[in-house]
Amino acid sequence: MQLTNRSKLVVKKEMNFWERMYLPAILGGVMITIRHLFRRKSTVKYPEKTREISSIWRGQHVLKRDDKGAERCTACGLCAVACPAEAITMTAAERKKGEENLYREEKYASTYEINMLRCIFCGLCEEACPKEAIFLTDRIVTTDYSRTGFVYGKDKLVEKVDDRIDVTKRQTLAVQEFKQQKQLSHNK
Amino acid sequence: MAKVTIDGIEVEVADGTTILNAARQIGGDVVPPAMCYYSSLKETGGKCRVCLVKVTQGSAKDPRPMPKLVASCRTPVMDGMVVQNISSAEVLEARKGVVEFLLLNHPLDCPICDQAGECDLQNLAYEHGAAKTRYEEERRTFEKIDIGDKIKLHMTRCILCYRCTFVADQLTNNRVHGVLNRGDASEISTYIEKAVDNDFSGNMIDVCPVGALTDKTFRFKSRVWFTKPLDAHRDCPTCSGKVVLWTKGEEVLRVSARKDQYGEVKEFICNECRYDHKNMKDWVVEGPRHIERNSVISQNHYEKIDLQKLKLEVDRQLTFQKGKQLPQSNTSQA
Repeated sequence: MQLTNRSKLVVKKEMNFWERMYLPAILGGVMITIRHLFRRKSTVKYPEKTREISSIWRGQHVLKRDDKGAERCTACGLCAVACPAEAITMTAAERKKGEENLYREEKYASTYEINMLRCIFCGLCEEACPKEAIFLTDRIVTTDYSRTGFVYGKDKLVEKVDDRIDVTKRQTLAVQEFKQQKQLSHNK
Repeated sequence: MAKVTIDGIEVEVADGTTILNAARQIGGDVVPPAMCYYSSLKETGGKCRVCLVKVTQGSAKDPRPMPKLVASCRTPVMDGMVVQNISSAEVLEARKGVVEFLLLNHPLDCPICDQAGECDLQNLAYEHGAAKTRYEEERRTFEKIDIGDKIKLHMTRCILCYRCTFVADQLTNNRVHGVLNRGDASEISTYIEKAVDNDFSGNMIDVCPVGALTDKTFRFKSRVWFTKPLDAHRDCPTCSGKVVLWTKGEEVLRVSARKDQYGEVKEFICNECRYDHKNMKDWVVEGPRHIERNSVISQNHYEKIDLQKLKLEVDRQLTFQKGKQLPQSNTSQA
């Protein structure tokens, strides 16, 4: 049964002298190589040069601190339950007296781990977070030789107080609109 | 016996039954929600107003409608009564308003609250409330109090359903806590923070529809949806010993009484079962606890379905859907 008209019948005929020399074929091949030398390159010389990425690129996560430097995460577990890859685990602890400047609310995450090998960077954790604590950033998760290095703990995820990560571009219109309604009591 | 029609479905119930219990005999969507009524505690009900229904015909003898919406948990049925619940836009509108009132002073700290995921107020607000708040004033706040060494009271979260005081009244022999002050300033008090050390005082945690009374031994241990609930029992001299174990691996994080489909405990458990037996070896495990599919706790929990039972349930719902007038979507703003 013939499906298309593109099929060609293969004829095996004897090659003539020029064809047996293979020179025209070799020259043809070299021409293709030379032509590609002048084409635009499809690769970049990473890491000297990096590709331009979208402002809402979903890369390595960050756990945000608030304006006063306190951790926003309250270990509510919504990111972990939203995660389709089950990459997030955490344990909660109660804030003690005197730690008010470290943690925003009376409960906080004493450990918070994301397994970057499991993570599929879908951004559902960011969407589920009610406290604006977790965001995906434009940073790329670096490679490693061992698997253990890919389980990122709080030391790698929480942003440094003096080295904040800007996520304003990632906030959705609905969030920005909500933030402007300062009269609402739970938005003060 | 009295015949009542609720949302177009006729049911025959014993005299003196309340509208709410008559609706529960029908089951399904016609059952009004209840935050303060508790079938296994006497005298409860009539406080939260979420079970309001419309009575379009008082009885067969006197067919006049009742002038206002009535609390179905406190109104007994009459022969020939016609009641509208979800088929009345007025009821849905009023319920939405009640939810807004219940949430006025509620801190909405669900990410911290241990009750989140099994909270009646959360479910109620999700199903009947508005997505946005109009409240601009400062919410009332209270200090956290320890009631005894096992219960934490977050008065800020309380909706004043009085269920816990009925537990103290009816399950224990001498009541040591009640409600002080009035109106906005009402608060549950243990009378100068006297420790509650009755054998059955822990049941306050289970009857609390919100996260106002929580188990201190479970405090911040885990979110309920990361635990695995198991039905279990043990030989207990003081109570029935039938409980739910909330486990993680081999560890028992919390022990609670078994709640029925309306979130009500029929067999209360004693404090010894609740607090002192956090070891798998103390219990005879019956099997995984059935969790409603729409609950977040059922996330990642699988159970074998009884296909025949499922078919019966689907058929029941289908016939119910055909027979009733569908509720109008609530179009009122905010």
